[in-house]
Amino acid sequence: MVTYILRRFGAMIITLWLIVTLTFFLMHLAPGSPFNQERNTNAAVQKNLMEHYHLNEPIAFQYLSYLKSLLHFDFGMSITQPGQTVNGLLAQGFPVSFELGMMTLVVAVLSGVILGVLAALKHNGIIDYLAMTLAVIGISVPNFIMATLLIQELAVHWHVLPAATWSSPKHVILPTIALATGPMAIIARLTRSSMLEVLTQDYIRTARAKGLSPYKIVVRHALRNALLPVVTILGTLTAGILTGSFVIEKIFAIPGMGKYFVDSINSRDYFVIMGTTVFYSGFLIIMLFLVDIAYGFLDPRIKLHKKEG
Amino acid sequence: MSETILEIKDLHVSFTTYGGEVQAVRGVNVTLNRGETLAIVGESGCGKTVTSQSIMRLTAGNITKGSIRFKGKDLTRLTEKQMRDIRGSDISMIFQDPMTSLNPTLTVGKQIIEGVERHQNISRHDAERLALEIFDWVGIANGKERLKQYPHQFSGGMRQRIMIAMALVCKPSILIADEPTTALDVTIQAQILELFKEIQRETGVSIILITHDMGVVAQVSDRIAIMYAGKVVEIGRRKDIFYRPQHPYTKGLLHSIPRMDSEEDELIPIPGTPPDLFSPPKGCPFVARCPFAMEVCEQYQPITTAISSDHAVDCWLQDERAKQVTFTGEV
Repeated sequence: MVTYILRRFGAMIITLWLIVTLTFFLMHLAPGSPFNQERNTNAAVQKNLMEHYHLNEPIAFQYLSYLKSLLHFDFGMSITQPGQTVNGLLAQGFPVSFELGMMTLVVAVLSGVILGVLAALKHNGIIDYLAMTLAVIGISVPNFIMATLLIQELAVHWHVLPAATWSSPKHVILPTIALATGPMAIIARLTRSSMLEVLTQDYIRTARAKGLSPYKIVVRHALRNALLPVVTILGTLTAGILTGSFVIEKIFAIPGMGKYFVDSINSRDYFVIMGTTVFYSGFLIIMLFLVDIAYGFLDPRIKLHKKEG
Repeated sequence: MSETILEIKDLHVSFTTYGGEVQAVRGVNVTLNRGETLAIVGESGCGKTVTSQSIMRLTAGNITKGSIRFKGKDLTRLTEKQMRDIRGSDISMIFQDPMTSLNPTLTVGKQIIEGVERHQNISRHDAERLALEIFDWVGIANGKERLKQYPHQFSGGMRQRIMIAMALVCKPSILIADEPTTALDVTIQAQILELFKEIQRETGVSIILITHDMGVVAQVSDRIAIMYAGKVVEIGRRKDIFYRPQHPYTKGLLHSIPRMDSEEDELIPIPGTPPDLFSPPKGCPFVARCPFAMEVCEQYQPITTAISSDHAVDCWLQDERAKQVTFTGEV
């Protein structure tokens, strides 16, 4: 187990380094720079600024010095927001994004699994059709459409919930729903199909032959096995929720990391682009790692410490 | 005469499918005595598994007619909840494939203990002790550690022992084993059959053994019921069936067993296939494959003829009205 974790950790570092390298060079390949946007600053000022941020140095040198500062977890200074460090921006934005992301994940998993199980148990019944209709809507309506619809109906029309910003628990509800419907729908469909498959397995018949109640059979014997594929896609879903949150944070004017990420790309704020990308990737890599660990606990047939075959 | 513990009367089970209604079991009459092993034998699709699952009410088909009497109750009329109290407690079942019949994500200990806790009001500690005892009894060494392991850490034969342990842990009076040795290799098969005999000697449990393997039947059964196309066509003591078979189908089955001591190089199969149970034949279901078919066989279902007090056959040839001939040829 320890060797497995160490090996995975090594692979994670390499992945992260590849992401840093690719992002760094792609970013510098893109036309434009932080200073020449719609403003005619004079050449001397431009030169001073370039020197201040070491942007006039050879690209290889910039790359190496960036890597060096990364080793100290120093993401540098924001260019467009003077006086702000990237670390500072992340520290402000991350808790908000994390709260939104976690709420979304919890809502999506809980409601998705419940819908999926109900649909499977009432296979081809009315609950099944309702749940799957809901799932199709969830998958096919993009979250930004969902967000605007929710704002239009619940905030503007009915005044039940606030339309935007992030200040009270009430403000969390709409963005969470908008962001969670897609993943929820995917989880519901997956849970339903894997539950249907598990329910026909021989060991379910064995459980019935023991005289167990339907509730026990579902919870103890079926659900655990049916959730294995759901756990597998949790990693990818997290990625989906992260990218979805860029858009949702923008729509609901939520002061999370997504806002900085999108804004920084528009303004070519190099250090913020790098900082947010590295942070998001690191977070995602860790989530995928946790999913693998969880998988090993859920399914005893999977051994993490040694490779089979 | 020993005491009857289970009595199946005129059992009909059918399945509703897109293609229509399949009458899988069409009037089965069987009794099971205390402490005996009854083998139900027949080819695939003859209704032997459906019959056994109907006793447990685990079949997906509908019991349309008939009764299954057990301890003064008709199992076909119990509610699902009453039935759950009987499953695993009074009547237990072992399934064909031990590889897939155990839940891969729970330790075998948990899977045994949950059955105990369901039916007996005892503490977790006592349940664990009971599981340990039963493991020892079915021949699994190192019970304490083994109970904490998962099914994939056991071999096929060991898993079938676990299934047996699971079925026996609540001391049932009837054990239904649905092809318990089919998925195992021959040496393990012999061990498992030996275990069945030992269990029966010690607990006096009645066993219904479902199989298509005449070799298995010869080893363990007291009485044998031969099923064909949803009916019991012949039933009798082991010796009756093996040495004095009356139904042409039984004879055919016995002839199709590979033998070491015979001159013949080839196996003798029964020609033809069983009838389509979407529309069961009007007369005897075996008529199309029967070398001795008479006119009456086409038109009328054979009635049961008692050969002796515990040997009966459903065949017109044995009816007293049939012309008596001395049987000479091979079937």
